Amino acid sequence: MRDARSRVRRPIGLRLWLSGGWITLLIIGAVLAPLIAPHDPLYQDLFAGRMPPVWVDGADPNFLLGTDSLGRDVLSRILYGARLALTVALVAGTLTCLIGATLGLIAGYYRGWVDMVISRLVDIWMAFPPVLFAILLIAVLGTGLTSIIIAIVVIDWTRFARVVRAEAMTQGTMDYVASAQVVGRTKAGTMFAEILPNVLPTIVALLTLEMGIAVIVEAILSFVNLSISTDAPTWGGMIAEGRTSVHQAWWVLVFPLITLFLTVLSFSQLGEGLKDYFDPVLR
Amino acid sequence: MSGMIYEIRDLRLSFPDMAHKPVFGAAPQIEVLKGLSFDVPKGEVLGIVGGSGSGKSTLGRAMIRLLEPDSGTIRFEGTDITHADEPALRPLRRRFQMIFQDPMSSLNPRRRVGGIIAGPLRLQGVQDTSAKVLEALDMVGLPRSFAARYPHELSGGQRQRVGIARAIALRPDFILADEIVSGLDVSSQAQVLNLLEELVRELGLTLAFISHDLSVIRRLCSRIIVMYRGEIVENAPTAQVFDAPQADYTRELLQAIPLPDPDQIWA
Repeated sequence: MRDARSRVRRPIGLRLWLSGGWITLLIIGAVLAPLIAPHDPLYQDLFAGRMPPVWVDGADPNFLLGTDSLGRDVLSRILYGARLALTVALVAGTLTCLIGATLGLIAGYYRGWVDMVISRLVDIWMAFPPVLFAILLIAVLGTGLTSIIIAIVVIDWTRFARVVRAEAMTQGTMDYVASAQVVGRTKAGTMFAEILPNVLPTIVALLTLEMGIAVIVEAILSFVNLSISTDAPTWGGMIAEGRTSVHQAWWVLVFPLITLFLTVLSFSQLGEGLKDYFDPVLR
Repeated sequence: MSGMIYEIRDLRLSFPDMAHKPVFGAAPQIEVLKGLSFDVPKGEVLGIVGGSGSGKSTLGRAMIRLLEPDSGTIRFEGTDITHADEPALRPLRRRFQMIFQDPMSSLNPRRRVGGIIAGPLRLQGVQDTSAKVLEALDMVGLPRSFAARYPHELSGGQRQRVGIARAIALRPDFILADEIVSGLDVSSQAQVLNLLEELVRELGLTLAFISHDLSVIRRLCSRIIVMYRGEIVENAPTAQVFDAPQADYTRELLQAIPLPDPDQIWA
């Protein structure tokens, strides 16, 4: 029996194609960086400093996107920088999501004193200015990949906790939750089997958003030289270097900036696209 | 004692009034059920009517222990379940089920119909779930292919049938139906009521039917409890309630029933 309410297959939207495409491209570039990068990202050649990208007069065809003031290849540095950016995005994003979403789910569904404790903690946490808090944490923990990840998780779990709590509270008042109790499902069972699937689209959208934010935070930290070691290629570090010579060599600033921008945009659009795609209820 | 599904004595339940909660200290309590006593014999179709805020839904939710009463006793087939905790209730839960008012919110939007009906069966350790699911769909008059559908792909009446299928799949002794037709249009209402009547007869169910609509209750129920502000003002067989109402409030309710011909009176 088919009628107007039968399932409609939705096409994968342009949004999902573009954002997914860029992220995939970036992941391939990052993973294969040692194979496809045209130069060693750390190799300095002072005689080939500030070479413009190939389509500008006076360029060296060996350096597609030009070189910085120390003669390092911009394209290779962007590719190697993607390794750090994506590692931070995936690891920090996932950890933040796991911790924040779990706490939010428990607070929103169990309510009572558990909710009181978690919510007050979130309130207090959010009173700290996030970037200063991150810099403070790095100063205490020392620089390095683990420190960056810890800083992002410690700062941003509240984002998940708040949103997931609100969503779990809404779902908790629905009758399907009461009906699960009527048939004898345990409280924890109801939370995982009934509520979690309904909160999942929100969590997915937030997760990719968080990955974008993690990329930004990593860029900010490397911009102020609090990321990994100073000479390692990072997008934030490149932007900081490019800023000082923007009038002589704009490409050193512009290309990492565009990459950063597209990556963050793609992550947030990917989340929205996935949320729509996986929701069985047509909006 | 024997032959009674429910024995309810002096049931009291109150909610905290958060609107009048002082900054420090506990919120004042509003008594919603003010000492109710009644019995539900096996096989009876009991109607519970009352206006909005009369406590009829609260009474229903206390009977299937979604809410815990403050005092009084609720005996289900002789077992005191007034203050039983969830683990103690779990084995009993398959014997009293509930059909909810809003079938959109009572069916998990991320589950297929088959999964929704199978859920209770699996939880209660019933073997051969998929056959039981198809059987339940047959009984409520839905095509078997609907097992693969999501709730939003069904109409309101079809969704309420899924709610009924979920409740009867466990073959309970008692079903509470809380305003189950108030969200449906008149023709779907009639179909769902016919179905319910049939199931009560075939399965020998005891049913408590909560509604604000006396004409619906009159069709279905053998006895009526009329509630007003948390108290039972009338508890009598259907015919007697309609012919010789005792309480003033019942008379008011009867006069509020819209009749096809305004000059006609209930004969």
